[in-house]
Amino acid sequence: MAKKPVRKAAPKPRRPAARLAPQRAKASARDQRPQLQPRVRPPKATASEMDLLRELCNAIAVSGDEGAVRRIVLDAIRDHVDEVRVDALGNALAVKRSKRSSQRTPRLLVAAHMDEVGFMLTGHESDGSLRFELVGGVEERTLLGKPVLVGPKRLPGVIGAAPVHLLNDDRRNAVTKVSQMRIDIGVDSADAAKRWVKMGERGGFTTEFAVVGPSLRGKALDNRLGCATLIEVLRAPAVYDFDLHAAFTVQEEVGLRGARVVGYAVDPACAFVLDCTPARDLPSSDDRENTRYNSRLGLGPAIYISDRGMISNDRLVRYLQQTADAAGLPYQFRQPGGGGTDAGAIHLAREGVPTVSVSVPGRYPHSPVMLARTEDWRNTVKLMRLALENWTPQVLKR
Amino acid sequence: METLLLSHLKELTTAPGVSGYEHRVRDLIRAAWTPLTDEPHTDRLGSLWAIKHGTGAKPRPRIMLAAHMDAIGLMVSQVEGEFLRVVPIGGIDARVMPGQLVTVHGREDLPGVVAEPPAFLLPKANREGVVPLSELLVDTGLPADTLRISGLVKAGDVISFAQPPVELQNELLAAKSLDNRASVAALTVCLETLKSRPPVWDVIAVATVQEEVGLQGARASAFALHPDLAVAVDVTHGSGPASKEYADKTFPLGGGPVLGLGPNIHPGLHAALKAAADRAEMPYTVEPMPTHSGTDAYAIQIARAGIPTMVVSIPLRNMHTPVEVLSLKDVARVGRLLAEFIAGLGADFMSTLTLD
Repeated sequence: MAKKPVRKAAPKPRRPAARLAPQRAKASARDQRPQLQPRVRPPKATASEMDLLRELCNAIAVSGDEGAVRRIVLDAIRDHVDEVRVDALGNALAVKRSKRSSQRTPRLLVAAHMDEVGFMLTGHESDGSLRFELVGGVEERTLLGKPVLVGPKRLPGVIGAAPVHLLNDDRRNAVTKVSQMRIDIGVDSADAAKRWVKMGERGGFTTEFAVVGPSLRGKALDNRLGCATLIEVLRAPAVYDFDLHAAFTVQEEVGLRGARVVGYAVDPACAFVLDCTPARDLPSSDDRENTRYNSRLGLGPAIYISDRGMISNDRLVRYLQQTADAAGLPYQFRQPGGGGTDAGAIHLAREGVPTVSVSVPGRYPHSPVMLARTEDWRNTVKLMRLALENWTPQVLKR
Repeated sequence: METLLLSHLKELTTAPGVSGYEHRVRDLIRAAWTPLTDEPHTDRLGSLWAIKHGTGAKPRPRIMLAAHMDAIGLMVSQVEGEFLRVVPIGGIDARVMPGQLVTVHGREDLPGVVAEPPAFLLPKANREGVVPLSELLVDTGLPADTLRISGLVKAGDVISFAQPPVELQNELLAAKSLDNRASVAALTVCLETLKSRPPVWDVIAVATVQEEVGLQGARASAFALHPDLAVAVDVTHGSGPASKEYADKTFPLGGGPVLGLGPNIHPGLHAALKAAADRAEMPYTVEPMPTHSGTDAYAIQIARAGIPTMVVSIPLRNMHTPVEVLSLKDVARVGRLLAEFIAGLGADFMSTLTLD
């Protein structure tokens, strides 16, 4: 999920889906989430699938420095695809060929971004602490009082805060600017700090991935959930009548830059983008109904109709919907409005690409810790596998 | 020694022990102090006493070493669908709360996350500036049904921080609840050091409860124990990158014990601790405490007919955040300083203690 630059510009959301309306009308104002049960039990993740997600989430891959996740991805897919390459920007591209692959075989693209928001070290203070700037739309209010890992050796540090005891009322209520924050690695001079970390190195959050009851907790679930989903799509035994191109993209969080060149290079007949969209399904402080939740945990994959970057291809939206309905899989429409995914770049490649995004909903994106539901992830995997298995060129016919 | 101290501190800081609910950390402290003392005992409010009998003739004078074991935390005020509304226990800093990992101590321990709702869900008055704790939520990742039907979490359940400890360079440790588990660890060091230097006086190490909510444990323990002397061991503000503007109120990490000076502190006792630091050839700094010392000393000093009291502190960065930072050296030095002072106490020390 990329940062939306202007929060106010978001158009007023409309009701996402008619089938949710009756339940919502009946629900009390304070507990408005519909009690929608999945019509089929979602398949559980196997231990190895969960371990792979854990490994992906715990790796740090700030936009422009995605090597740690790329290595995991390449190892995970190498034995399951016909071709693998890494392009000039660092995108990891894989192809699973059709049995009768030829020049005229349609190419389908499925993309998921590997990068996460974080920060770059920009200077050494004389007291040994480190200055930094943000990469991507980090939730700045979640930085103070957190541990971090910096540099390729994952050196631990903390973003400290002046003790609340010493602050006057104004300071207690003032949001600390990032320009005022420093990372403390424990050394007491710039020279000592330079022995450990260099300017330009990246840093990220430390939260260890964990399965918490029915939920997943970790940093960078945006978008390691998409990466894990795409890996599982590639590992499926299915052989298609099209060439399946998978792209694990770079630099989504700083402007969809990896996806732009992938769209050009693959030149696909259509594209699916896997991402993680914010679930803002929290209660309001008074009894107002939360009508701007974007997506909600537990209601299944979130299909995009439109966002700031694009209008999804209506035939692909309908196709995903029909695929889910036929299989009895739950799904939701992400509320149209701000935000965006790699689809914003891919759908404009060359002469245009019919494109749709599907996201696993996740709470607290771009913060040190996110929460998502295991069943939403598993249903996304299932939906994508079915959508590819059943795809024919007819899907795109007007 | 330093390795043992590091693992002791990691264990102590990882244990929950929010004010009024200190049992888990108390069990750990009892286990650590039992081999070093003669009589561990838990008092009526929950403070742990560990008495090491002196070698002097009875009735022996006794010194109380007080380190509070409680930590700041949260309490569930309301279960609202999938989310918990919370109130503070102790001096919570709302600035550092969004995105913190916590443990909700319901019918079982549940991991949780502190969530700041998006601005559009907040009252207009709270959309700018730091969002107060009353508007933050705790998310356990459990569906509303699970929370409600199972009764897993109820109003009144306690929530502790859950950030794991992190080792920094230069033997610095970052962890939650180093305020004041660091001082508990310093008392462990003191008791270990006294094994080879048996004191004349009785030494009573006390891990007090409820310091963060009003020094309740220290007040009750000081009355019950009625010591001749008392030292409150606590943390004070350490200098560091986040506290540059408060240079006059912060003390260097690695600079040794910080000796308090002010109305809560007996000047003769202050001088005696200074002399002990000099004997041990140990660096130290002096902290002016012009009014309330903000420690257990404030309550202990006025127990019964009054007790000569001292405050010895460990400098600590980022106090009341889950990334409090201190130097292991300072913890060890505070322990050794207390041992040096106690080992030097003669049976007649009280007759030499004067205010001027």
